[in-house]
Amino acid sequence: MPVVIETSQDEVKAIIQGELDHHNAGAIRKSIDESVERLRPKLLKIDFSQVSFMDSSGIGLIMGRYNTMQLIGGEVEVDNPPPAIEKILKISGIQKLAKIIKTEEEQK
Amino acid sequence: MSAPINEMKMVVESRSINEGFSRVAVAAFAAQLDPTVEELSDIKTAVSEAVTNCIVHAYEKQVGKIYITASIYDNQIIRIKIRDRGCGIENVKQAREPLYTTKGGERSGLGFAVMESFMDKIYVRSSVGNGTTVTLTKQICGRCKDD
Repeated sequence: MPVVIETSQDEVKAIIQGELDHHNAGAIRKSIDESVERLRPKLLKIDFSQVSFMDSSGIGLIMGRYNTMQLIGGEVEVDNPPPAIEKILKISGIQKLAKIIKTEEEQK
Repeated sequence: MSAPINEMKMVVESRSINEGFSRVAVAAFAAQLDPTVEELSDIKTAVSEAVTNCIVHAYEKQVGKIYITASIYDNQIIRIKIRDRGCGIENVKQAREPLYTTKGGERSGLGFAVMESFMDKIYVRSSVGNGTTVTLTKQICGRCKDD
């Protein structure tokens, strides 16, 4: 599974695993959208702590989920990006659309 | 520029499964320059962007060949050429603008912007109907700064 989904009230947490590129983005998007459409959460957390590689397809994935969450009146949060992913997040300016949160206990 | 010290050439089909293979193969070749983890990740990301462009745009409705050449020159310089024989880009300047995309929704329009910021130099040559060549250049400092 390229993504593990954890749900609680008003919240969907998607923990992406492995490499996030154009090849893998489709399946990840599908899983996330399925949960979001079913639960219509207030907050979608996308966790990157277990992502070993990401290119701009990952930015596209976040932007697409931001648009979906806007439609249902919710927000997107980007959690625990490793340094290489943080670099590409900064270039993209995605922090204007989604908060980037680092929770220390999940960092190794 | 003088002849390269070492060179690797490969051809892959424009199937998305080859995105991962291409970036890892180029990174493995670049490893002889003793790059830092960050430099290696920069190269992987830039190659991934260029190869994805070939698959998503150049060969949108077909499977074509992607020609990758990685060459090492003096002063720890690596030059990576990624060439396709696909549709070509009508307006390269516009294509290179951050956030410009012809695909909307799930594509960020950041491919060229990422290549530009992760590599030292990027050169794009394109001809409509004939294909595109993207040349990425980076000097690998690796641990040379410690010397």
